[in-house]
Amino acid sequence: MTRPKVLTGTHFMHGDFAVAEGGLAAGCKFFAGYPITPATEVAERMAGRLPEIGGVYIQMEDELGSMAAILGASCAGVKSMTSTSGPGFSLMQENIGLGAVLEVPCVVVDVQRGGPSTGLPTSVSQQDMMQAKWGSHGDYPIVAYSPASPQECFDIAIKAFNTAEKYRTPVLVMSDEVVGHMTERVTIPEESAIKIVERKLYDGDPDKYLPYRADEDLIPPMALAGDGCKVHMTGLIHDEGGRPLLNAETEAKLVGRLLDKVVKHAEAIMEYEKIGTEDADVIVVAYGITGRIANRAVELARKEGIKAGLVRLITVWPFPVDYIRKLSENVKTILVPEINFGQIVLEVERVVGGRATVEQVTYIPGTLPDPYSMLKRIREAVK
Amino acid sequence: MSEPDSVFDAHPVDAHLRADMLPHIWCPGCGIGIVLKAYIRALDKAEIPLEKRIMVSGIGCSGRACIYLNQDCYHSTHGRPIPFATGIKLANPDLTVSVISGDGDLFAIGGNHFIHAARRNMDLNVICINNFNYGMTGGQSGPTTPMDSKTITTPYGNIEHPFNLPHLATSSGATYVARWTTLDVRRLRDSMAEALKKKGFTFIEVISPCPTGYGRPNRRGEPIDEMKQYQEIWDLREDNWIIQEGADPTEADIKLNETIVVGVFADIDRPTFADLYSKLDPVKKRRLKEVVREDERRVRE
Repeated sequence: MTRPKVLTGTHFMHGDFAVAEGGLAAGCKFFAGYPITPATEVAERMAGRLPEIGGVYIQMEDELGSMAAILGASCAGVKSMTSTSGPGFSLMQENIGLGAVLEVPCVVVDVQRGGPSTGLPTSVSQQDMMQAKWGSHGDYPIVAYSPASPQECFDIAIKAFNTAEKYRTPVLVMSDEVVGHMTERVTIPEESAIKIVERKLYDGDPDKYLPYRADEDLIPPMALAGDGCKVHMTGLIHDEGGRPLLNAETEAKLVGRLLDKVVKHAEAIMEYEKIGTEDADVIVVAYGITGRIANRAVELARKEGIKAGLVRLITVWPFPVDYIRKLSENVKTILVPEINFGQIVLEVERVVGGRATVEQVTYIPGTLPDPYSMLKRIREAVK
Repeated sequence: MSEPDSVFDAHPVDAHLRADMLPHIWCPGCGIGIVLKAYIRALDKAEIPLEKRIMVSGIGCSGRACIYLNQDCYHSTHGRPIPFATGIKLANPDLTVSVISGDGDLFAIGGNHFIHAARRNMDLNVICINNFNYGMTGGQSGPTTPMDSKTITTPYGNIEHPFNLPHLATSSGATYVARWTTLDVRRLRDSMAEALKKKGFTFIEVISPCPTGYGRPNRRGEPIDEMKQYQEIWDLREDNWIIQEGADPTEADIKLNETIVVGVFADIDRPTFADLYSKLDPVKKRRLKEVVREDERRVRE
């Protein structure tokens, strides 16, 4: 007996397995990857599962090839994903940019480990958050989710595919070593209860197809390899017909639309969890595993009578600019704990623009934050 | 497309080209156009339906071939056309997926993908337009630049050993390996058609002139002397090339001003990645050997 596509039921499941299962539940039928700690288990799960459901798993020669292969498979109409960690994520960057400019839906999972370079292969970090946004050269749109539990790994993998398909863009799942290697309860719903979004396909005259003529929603309908639409895709700056047109005017039009595609739909894409933000004097803005730990710290602070709140970012990119800005008008201090030397805190500072005190709470990669050290910072903030 | 009013109104391969992208960017004397036309004719000869023709290219002069073809074309990143094509082929095995790119794209920055796609016998047709240098960036030496050649980055002569591409391809596991030059268009076309019809990882190297990038720095003196000397190389090659079927790929090294071996180096059958993938048995979890044995028994019965 082979297992079905959606493993409905309650499981005691590894975070990396859960992200793979979420991908499969979303309709992923192609995975190309390369082994790397702590993301290897995503590939391992896919190697066993994809042949069961008629999908293709291939272990590529490197992460450059893995990223290129998932773009190719998606161009032929198959939902595709890959997974990696810091060093591999760096290698994937050029083709993530290609995916953004060709407007190819796909999902990339980065199970973050300590860096830079080979760094701390088996230890946690959140050091790739700025690379997620700016890693490829040039300006391009990106959506990045950050799961805080194996359950969220599953749920977010589905959302990531839906967002990728809807907006025709690569979507990142910024997991980390702790969430990835954590085994916890994961509840998988009935297949019929899972909302799946498919990309908008071109159904007009094949001879009149213009691969980059966008509809009013800024998203061009896609024709697949083999549809007979004579698709032209190039990483060169191109016009609506996919023709390279190397001038500033075409750059402005194309890159402008690509960026607007995410900016103008940011409200629909963004997700964050708010706890006790209504009356808070001090707010913690956190994401991923740190967000989960901050949840406990805020709970402890409330017990002490401190008006503390939490904004747990589920999508880190696009960043909730308007919401954080508005929030900053009514709070004294915003704490930004991260397992890095200060990345998303820079975005918070930029957005807050001096309206409140923004404090960086640094956790050195390789250490898991404990809620009590965070509580201490919350106490200090309200002193 | 409407019938031309006179025989001069249309070129026989017009329908396969994107007229709105012409004229092309290639220099006078470049061989890439010849390869592109041979490829179009080979697709017709192999009777590949238009909608099944997929071309993936990388970056460089040869990569630009993608821009001019009127069919599904994917112009990927530098060095990555083979894995991009791998994704397309695995997602839709009905498609005939070709990669056309240059020696730098396929064998320097993309060399790893080439050997691994050949090793796993991915069902792709790879055509390398080998002009011995990086043309697009102005004539730097590359992985196939013959020893002692002058390029803009080897002003005192190239001291690196070049790849012998047929040898590399056959030893990596390609099912069909050939080398031609742009002077040999009919053999090139026919060989491409054979490769397109053949299952597995097929590879054709096309030796192509680059008068701007490789020709110029190898000549000294006035442009007219460069032209003459360039002509000499081609004359020399024309006189001396050896055409062989089943030539020994280990003897196919290219040396400056020496005979070049062209021909078909390999034409073998080997199960492709997709063939073997289809035999994976997640139900009974049998090993490949058992599945193959049972399939063979079923065929016998």
